[in-house]
Amino acid sequence: MMWKWLHPYANPEISYHFAGKILPWCARLAFVFLAIGITWALLFAPADYQQGDTFRIFYLHVPAAMLSMGIYLGMAIAALSSLVWQLRLADATAAAMAPIGATFTFIALITGAAWGKPMWGTWWIWDARLTSELILLFLYLGVIALHNAFEDKNLAGKAAGILALVGVINLPIIKYSVEWWNTLHQGATVSKLGQPSMTADMFWPFLVCFIGFAFLVTALICLRFRSEILNRNSMRPWVRELVATEEKAHAV
Amino acid sequence: MTQVSYRAAFGLIVKRDLMIAFRHRDDIINPLLFFVIVVTLFPLGVGPESTTLSRIAPGIIWVAALLATLLSLDRLFKSDYADGSLEQMLLSPQPIFILVLAKIVAHWLLTGLPLILIAPLLAVLLHLNEHSYGALMLTLLLGTPVLSLLGAIGVALTVGIKKGGVLLSLLVLPLYIPVLIFATSAIDTAAMNLPYNGQLAIIAAIFFASLTLAPFAVSAALKVSTN
Repeated sequence: MMWKWLHPYANPEISYHFAGKILPWCARLAFVFLAIGITWALLFAPADYQQGDTFRIFYLHVPAAMLSMGIYLGMAIAALSSLVWQLRLADATAAAMAPIGATFTFIALITGAAWGKPMWGTWWIWDARLTSELILLFLYLGVIALHNAFEDKNLAGKAAGILALVGVINLPIIKYSVEWWNTLHQGATVSKLGQPSMTADMFWPFLVCFIGFAFLVTALICLRFRSEILNRNSMRPWVRELVATEEKAHAV
Repeated sequence: MTQVSYRAAFGLIVKRDLMIAFRHRDDIINPLLFFVIVVTLFPLGVGPESTTLSRIAPGIIWVAALLATLLSLDRLFKSDYADGSLEQMLLSPQPIFILVLAKIVAHWLLTGLPLILIAPLLAVLLHLNEHSYGALMLTLLLGTPVLSLLGAIGVALTVGIKKGGVLLSLLVLPLYIPVLIFATSAIDTAAMNLPYNGQLAIIAAIFFASLTLAPFAVSAALKVSTN
């Protein structure tokens, strides 16, 4: 049943056009949600009673951190389906996701540092969450570097997929080991990062922001997915045709 | 056609790898020298006070062990890949799991074991707390096989790439973090004369998990690399 429905999307041409169709919608939705969410969060949501306006970076920091982990999971699922069912396009999806995930991890780290400076008085502490986020960034960079190292992009996708799967098995182990390491070495941990129990007027703008970022991620993945497909199929007639019509349109 | 049993195939590959290594002794000795030199650099950089040194000794020894293992990983598949014998092994009727495991065991015998043997000497140089020696040896005994197993995944992925060396460290070092954390914390706990079975149990769990899972990842990666 599901296979019958999914089958046409194994064809790169159909997937390319499908991604092209949902891309503008995701982009528009992302724009609307982010415009509403960020205005709401920055101007109208109440300031935190302890942290004041510095708290507002939360609306950028937490969605970025959540998505950074979500994208890694999505990448691992794509890698698994490419290994198990030999779906070539799943490779392309995983390859499309890695740099976006790395960027969101980086955003989470930078905003975390910017939040940490006024709150804890330091840009960086070896808190368990910060450390595991940093290691997540290393894992992403490893996947990207491995993908870049191969000339043949089909091989690159497979190799990077194996690494992503090894990483996703290791990720919980790393997370727990880092948590344990921190409590063992430092005694009292700074638990400010723990989710503050939010009131509704803080939660709703957060949710809108989060949905906006999720749509943004989807749009970016579609965009990169399309270019991955073009890269891998550049010798195919349909791609050449596409390029020819584009060129004609630009020449006029 | 004679059938070679799994055990015989395993033994043959271990024996072959050991024999090749003993004919190029530099390959065994150089990572060890690296290990010793890195450990020697730390007192020169940090200062010779014995309290500071004994505080950071577990971390230094373990980080140096990670780096030394990393340096030696290339040997695991590179030359076999270059002369084509790796492909012949993959084509053999025995499961790749056996082949991979045999190569990893040989690698551990040639790098992990010498590291364990030389570690107490370095611990003396770093004024490691006298209660910690048992923990140091046990964590190395359980931890260095994990380093070989996880490292094999990285090597298998990068063996076909020309400049795989730096890439390899980027892929493998993040995966080594849990072992490093639990090993050093076991040694620290032992220095305080407290029981460290918990950490050892977790390292053992990581060891058995990677022993069962890593060869599969390595064989999948080798298939990609040899294409």
